[in-house]
Amino acid sequence: MSEHHDDGPVAAQTRHVEALLEARGLLDAVELDRALEAFLAGASPAQGARVVARAWVEPEFQDRLLADGNAALEELGLSMGGGIQPQRLKVVANTETEHNVIVCTLCSCYPIALLGPSPTWYKSEAYRARVVRDPRGVLAEFGTELPEHVRITVWDASAETRYLVLPRRPAVPVSDEAELAALVTRNGLIGTAVL
Amino acid sequence: MFSSGDRVRTSRADPAHHTRVPRYARGAVGSVVEPIGEHPLPDDRARGVTTVEPVYTVRFSARELFGEGDHDVTVDVWESHLESA
Repeated sequence: MSEHHDDGPVAAQTRHVEALLEARGLLDAVELDRALEAFLAGASPAQGARVVARAWVEPEFQDRLLADGNAALEELGLSMGGGIQPQRLKVVANTETEHNVIVCTLCSCYPIALLGPSPTWYKSEAYRARVVRDPRGVLAEFGTELPEHVRITVWDASAETRYLVLPRRPAVPVSDEAELAALVTRNGLIGTAVL
Repeated sequence: MFSSGDRVRTSRADPAHHTRVPRYARGAVGSVVEPIGEHPLPDDRARGVTTVEPVYTVRFSARELFGEGDHDVTVDVWESHLESA
């Protein structure tokens, strides 16, 4: 993968447009850096893990999270803001019989506010094209083998909603919320892993 | 306007301009999971026109989309791209 830089020309174009906007006084480079830093400073899988751990220890919070993701985030001092407009968050819960996995087949939409920048494979054409057709096969390549009776739903983020998977709570004797959060992985929040 | 549970078919259109209906989901029948708010239609916005309309999460069976598979795929679709099925 490291020999391919498909996004090279796009990155160059973006820098070119940014330079033009700055030259014409339409964009303040310092302001742009400040906005990006503020956005990314709080954006890491640790935020998504916090949300999940709270849902595991507090069933009422889990109910609110699944009903209205954005409102539940506010309870934890989190938000889906920071981009051009606040995005709608839809949390989808794994159960004993249902497994969820997220993708953006058209580009690379991802809940950056909660998970930080997406992994390279999430943006790859291989993942995007294959996970909608053969999720069980793709999950197996991640080392995730699901029992036959588990039904898989793939959520394609093709509009303004960002998806987050609520993994099943691991069967370990841990009840402390922070310790539970430490068990949550990025792939678990995307749905390519179970915990 | 559609409601949760409604059967819908996505547009088969293959326009020259930008569209948000993924190719694999064109002309497919699915059921509305839920309405998810109103947003500018990207097909129009890409051409400099702002048209705000409802967007729905629609659930399709893999068999409907690909002719095989035992899973489901959901796609978020603007109302212009849906008709009752």
